[in-house]
Amino acid sequence: MWHWIQRFSSPKHFYVMSAPLITWFSVSALLIGAYGLYLGLFVAPTDYQQGESYRIIFIHVPAAWMSMFVYMVMAVSSGIGIIWQIRLADMVAAASAPIGASFAFIALVTGSLWGKPMWGAYWVWDARLTSELILLFLYLGYMALQSAIEDQRSADKASGLLAIVGVVNIPIIHYSVEWWNTLHQGATVAKFDKPSMHIDMLIPLLLMAVAFKLFYAAVVLVRARNEALYRDRNRRWVRELVERL
Amino acid sequence: MNWSEFFNMGGYAFFVWTSYAITFAVIVANIIFPIVQRKNVIARIKRSIKREQIELNKDSA
Repeated sequence: MWHWIQRFSSPKHFYVMSAPLITWFSVSALLIGAYGLYLGLFVAPTDYQQGESYRIIFIHVPAAWMSMFVYMVMAVSSGIGIIWQIRLADMVAAASAPIGASFAFIALVTGSLWGKPMWGAYWVWDARLTSELILLFLYLGYMALQSAIEDQRSADKASGLLAIVGVVNIPIIHYSVEWWNTLHQGATVAKFDKPSMHIDMLIPLLLMAVAFKLFYAAVVLVRARNEALYRDRNRRWVRELVERL
Repeated sequence: MNWSEFFNMGGYAFFVWTSYAITFAVIVANIIFPIVQRKNVIARIKRSIKREQIELNKDSA
């Protein structure tokens, strides 16, 4: 078992195996995203309270979900990297940070643009918004630590610890709308009851969430492959591979 | 529904389309940056291979 994990998590093996996956993930992300956008912008009915402004939901909510999902991927792979010293896990964590930061940024900006017409303000220091902003800062802190520390193993350890400690923020984001009085609306999909949303709105929302996830899968593979090449730049497999390119 | 009605988004055009435009820009950036990064990493490794070969030739000469 251990031997098997070691072999399959070798950067070289990963580099070779991941190549075809990138195409599959990109193409399916594009197709599902296009269909989701079509349904969201053209087919989904107008909201009876928010009018057409609610259509921001089809990017805002998937981006917010992804900002938390990618963070969990980053924290778990950092943990695997620290505990079992699997180098591929550290590469995946480092590759995830800029993508997760992008999703957190999208969630904050689109939320702000949605908040202005609905709440009358681009920004309020509300629990949900503030904890999401902290998530963006955690991503930026991880990236800063990665680039500030010269030695790769120390960089992975320091930034990985930050990622793991920052996990405490994830339930805070999720439950912020219940724990505090907030302007932000409560959960409509991710709850035990059935989603309180019209099916014609829910389907494009879920399609966009799947498309964002596939997009992340494609981009994280490209970035992790870059990490593998760079970190193994003095090893023979990279040398041989680069000379053929 | 006609197109001008669609682009007007019930009066929320600015908020809806700015949201979509910024999201699109961030997604495009997330496609371009890793591709550029890959090119840079490969170019850097190629340079260091070349440098080492020159050093090797010097030593043997």
